[in-house]
This record gives sequence, C-alpha cells and structure tokens, in this order.
Amino acid sequence: MQIKQRIITFAEAINEALEQVMKKDKNVIVMGLGVDDPGGVFGTTKNLVKKFPKNRIFDLPTSENAFTGFAIGLALGGKKPVITHQRVEFSMLSMEQIINQAAKWFYMSAGQACVPLVIRLIIGRGWGQGPQHSQSLEVLFAHIPGLKVVCPSTPFEAKGLLIQSIEDKNPVIFFEHRWLHITKGYVPKKYYKIPLGKSKLIKTGEDITIVSFSYMMIECLRIDKILKENNISPEIINIYSLNPLEMNKIYNSVKKTKKILVVDNGWKNYGIGAEIIASVNEKLGKIMKILCERIGVLQAPIPSTRGLAKYSYPNKDTIIQVIEKLIKKKIKVSKKYNLMIPSDQPDSSFLGPF
Amino acid sequence: MNIKNKKLFLKMLRIRMVEECISKRYSEWKMRCPVHLSIGQEAPAVGVIENLSKEDKIVTAHRSHAHYLAKGGDLKSMISELYGKETGCAKGKGGSMHLIDLKAGIVAAVPIVGSTIPIGVGLSWRIKLKKKKNIVAIFFGEGATEEGVFQESLDFASLHSLPALFVCENNEFSVYSHIKKRQAKKRNILKIAKALGINSTKLPGDDVTKIYNLSAKIIKNIKKNSKPHLIIIDTFRHLEHCGPNNDDHLAYRSKTYIKKWLNNDPLKKIEKKFLTSNCMSNNDLNTIKIKIEKEISSAFQFAESSKFPSKRLLLQDIYAD
Repeated sequence: MQIKQRIITFAEAINEALEQVMKKDKNVIVMGLGVDDPGGVFGTTKNLVKKFPKNRIFDLPTSENAFTGFAIGLALGGKKPVITHQRVEFSMLSMEQIINQAAKWFYMSAGQACVPLVIRLIIGRGWGQGPQHSQSLEVLFAHIPGLKVVCPSTPFEAKGLLIQSIEDKNPVIFFEHRWLHITKGYVPKKYYKIPLGKSKLIKTGEDITIVSFSYMMIECLRIDKILKENNISPEIINIYSLNPLEMNKIYNSVKKTKKILVVDNGWKNYGIGAEIIASVNEKLGKIMKILCERIGVLQAPIPSTRGLAKYSYPNKDTIIQVIEKLIKKKIKVSKKYNLMIPSDQPDSSFLGPF
Repeated sequence: MNIKNKKLFLKMLRIRMVEECISKRYSEWKMRCPVHLSIGQEAPAVGVIENLSKEDKIVTAHRSHAHYLAKGGDLKSMISELYGKETGCAKGKGGSMHLIDLKAGIVAAVPIVGSTIPIGVGLSWRIKLKKKKNIVAIFFGEGATEEGVFQESLDFASLHSLPALFVCENNEFSVYSHIKKRQAKKRNILKIAKALGINSTKLPGDDVTKIYNLSAKIIKNIKKNSKPHLIIIDTFRHLEHCGPNNDDHLAYRSKTYIKKWLNNDPLKKIEKKFLTSNCMSNNDLNTIKIKIEKEISSAFQFAESSKFPSKRLLLQDIYAD
C-alpha cells in the first residue's frame, strides 16, 4: 500500500522548521523587520507569535547594521538568532557586521568564540520589483571565508537545511527565492536535517552535466523533461551549499559527460559558473577536453518593466539554446511546454504586489 | 590618599609603562602590526573599569590596550599578540587591534569605528534576557558617534532598557581630523543620548578619582535599574594616532591644547598627589616601578621566545565544528 506523502509549500516548510527548532532549543530566537506582522514574511513566520513568547520572536527597528551587531552579541552570549530580511538588498546595510565581524569572529578570536547566526535573505523577482528588490547576490557572501551560504530549491531542502543552519555554530546566509515560497513538495513532519557543505546528485545521465541551485534549479528540472523527449540524458547536480562548495560530485560527473553547463541564479560575470568551471578545468583540464558554458542574469541592473526584465533572466529557450551548442544537436520543444504565464509571474496564481 | 586611589594610580602607571615600552621597542621592528597607544588616555579606562566586576564585560575599539589591561587582560598574551606569536591572546591572528581575554570579560576589540557598539548592546541584551545583574561597558571614541550604528544602538538600548554603559572617550581627533571639521558646533553627544531617552553625563577626564567615583554611582544605577547610560570623558593621546611616535611636529594640534593637557596629565597629577601627601616616598615609587618593569620585561621576553604559529593554523578556526 502506498503511503500518501504530505505535500506542503516551501514557505510552510520554512515556517515548520522555525517552529520545530524553536520548540527544541529555547535559545533560538527569530528577529527581523515584520517577523511578527500578520503576513509573517510571506507566511514563513506566520503564527509563531501565537506560539512563542515575545522574547523569542520580535520586530526590530529599521537599523539593519546595528541589529546584525545585536544578533552577534546575543550569539556570543549563547543565543541562536535567526535574522530575516524581506529582501536581500536590505542586508546590504549590514555588510560591515556580516563580513568584518560575524564571518571573522571565530578566526580572529583563534577559536575562542563563535557566532551561531542565521540570516535569511529573500530574493525577489517579477511584478516590476526592479533594480533594488530583485537581486540575487549569493556570490557576495559565498566569497567570504567564515560564512556559510545555503540556497534550497525545494520545500524538503528548505526545512532540512534551515534546521541544520540554525544548529550550525557559524554564521549561515540562507537564501530563499521568492518564487519558491509557493512551490509545493513532500516534507516530512518530523525534525530532520540536511548536512551543509554538500551538493546533491538529482539525476544521473550521460550526455551533459547541468549544475544549478535555488530557483534556477527548478527551471533546469523543467528543461529535463524536454531533454528526455529528445533522448538527451543530462546529469543534474544541485549545489544547495555554495560555501563550502562540494565539488567532487561535479568532477565525477564531468569526467563522464565531458560537458558542463552551470545555470546561475545571479549575474554571470564573476559568478558561481565562473567558480565552478574554473575549478573543473583546474582539476580535469589537463586530462581531458571539457566543453563549458555558463548562464546567468544579463549583466545589467534588473529593470522594473516586464518589457525589459524578461530579457534579464535566463529562460527555457535561452537555456536550451546553450545546451544545443554544447551537445551539438537540435532540441525539439513540444508546444505543451510553452506556458502561457507572463514572464513576471512564477505561476498564474501569483499576483502582485509582493 | 586611600587604598582605592593607590590602586587607580598603580593601574594607570602600569598601563603607561607597558605602552611606553611598546613605543620604545617598536623600532626593533619585531612588533609588526599597527599599534594605537593609550598613553595619556589611561584615566577613563582605569576610572570606569575599576568599578566593573569580573563578570561584567567590555568591548572596545582600536585604541584598546588601556581597556584590556585595566580589565585584567593577561599582559603576556597581549605582548605576544603584538609580536604575532602563537602564545598571543588570538594566536597572532588578530594583532594589537583584536585583543581578547574572555576570562577577564574582554569580549572584543575591533578597529572598524563604531562596530563594537551594537555588539556590546547585543551582549547586554543577553544579560537582560538571562535576568542577570551584570553590565556591558562599551568603549568608543567621539568619532564613532558619527557612525549610524551609534544612534541605532542607543535607540535600541533605550527601547529595551538594557544594562549598557556607553563610554565615549573624546580625544577630539580622528587621526588628524579635528572634531570641528566633523561635527556641527551645536552638536552635543550628551543631548543626542538624552533625545534617545538615555541618561548621559560628562565626567572630568583629567581626574581619575572623580571618574572612578562618578562612574561608580552610574554603574550601580545601571545594575539596579537595568537602564543604559552614556558618559563622555574628554581625554588626550600623547602620541600619534597609530604608531610609536609623537607627531606634533605636523602641527595638527595647537600648542596651547597640547600644553594644557600635558600640564593636566591625570597620571602625573595623581602621582604628584601621592608624593606630596606623604603616603608614598620617591623610594616607594621607585620600588613599585622596578617591580612593574620586571613584569613588563618578562612579558616581552615571553613574547620574544614564543614561536610563530605553525602553518596549519592559517586554515584553522575558519569554521566552528
């Protein structure tokens, strides 16, 4: 008999992770602008105020740099703060505390004091959010030793990775793509963890290695169906941990396929694709010829108007074009894959403003 | 002159002598890191910190040697840190600008202006959540009050009524920039604090006994009522902003200003009081100085004879397990 799997949204998975970890460890506290408001940060912190006392979940003044420092101070005193920013961009005001202080604290104290801190950053996209509400910026953080950077792409990963991030003794930057919040998937009710610092082989294949993360991982999985109809078998690797980054699965895959495509969630230049492709060539370039391509957001600020923003992001068609180039084969896309959803919406139910 | 005053005097004297030794020996080029010496600024550090218990914590900034020593930071570990040796308080990874001694309650010193202010507030918030009666003293210069986090932090400490003592040491200069070039004439740090709902007091920077007595009351009050307080203490650094030398030949500070402070050097003043009050003879003072010299010299010897950290330490302690 098949057991019916519980299906919930990514946002519900985050909410459940927070609730379970707060119940388990009274040192966990959730703070950020609007975490206790009725919307509960797109549902991710909803109802937590009803379940926990005011000193466990609370609102903050609009002082991003200072409150990151407050959180560091709390963490040094044994608390485990979870900061939430409703957009990645708001954390830019706190980069000093994140990069100079939190990231280096364990090192510059020679291992005497650590900063267990999670900073949730939400990436916006669509509905005209424009230059300062739709940046990805994972690489800014992944560049810094001492920070861990995590980017779940499914509800299952969201819960397991968030719990593990909060249990971790280091500052962890936890990226949530706004378009993932509404996605649904299997999430166990129990308390479970997914280890940081790993990548995941999503699907084995022979013809090409595709590496991606966060929302672009979902795009890649959609394309996988098209590739299957064309008898192309990609090996797909999900790098949900950008720092530390586990490269072994990628090396092993590329040894087999000799072709790699990295689909970045942010800008292409100086991006995750550059890092991975450079590492692959350093490791394998001397022993085999590897065809490499990377795809990312077009190198310009992301405009508000959907008339332009649709060109900023990679999509099914642009990704398929690059795959065709790599495997030197035409790919036929059946009409059923041409979704009739406007480019600024993840699905038809998702209407702004958000 | 009572026992307390003697303690204040000896602590200031020890800090002065340590700093003078660093200044003197810096040209040996063995201490290869930036140093922001506290010579001249011992009174605020000693006067305030003498009122703190071991469980009370401090955070400080780039000019931290006086705070570290006043709070009971280990001298050998400090000098070794300046030498970059593995016996240093941060195994040589931090240098003079990252002194730490958790046992003594010295949580951190960092050189980014203003950055430890919110961290100190976070620590005091933790104390409040634990319902303990301790405080965090947050030391910073007047330049740090120009940073956004200063106001952000005061606002929050006031909002949550946190047991934090903000100690602003005003030496009027941010490197070479005088306060007049940086802050409006009518700007008043005491009033900024008051406007944010925080009591604030100016203490006389040239008198360590007064700093001690006045801050004693303030600290007692913070502990009793868990309410933040800000104090400003005018002070004067004898040497250059960063480095072992005097740089007054550059004439960025007026001669009258320098003279006024040198004539009012709080250490010399309290020393004179002791010598003229028959509580201490010149001989007594010499004996004390010889004892401190011995301690300092053995700390330097310890640092010199310690090893540099081994290469594996470079990649150690990036992440906690």
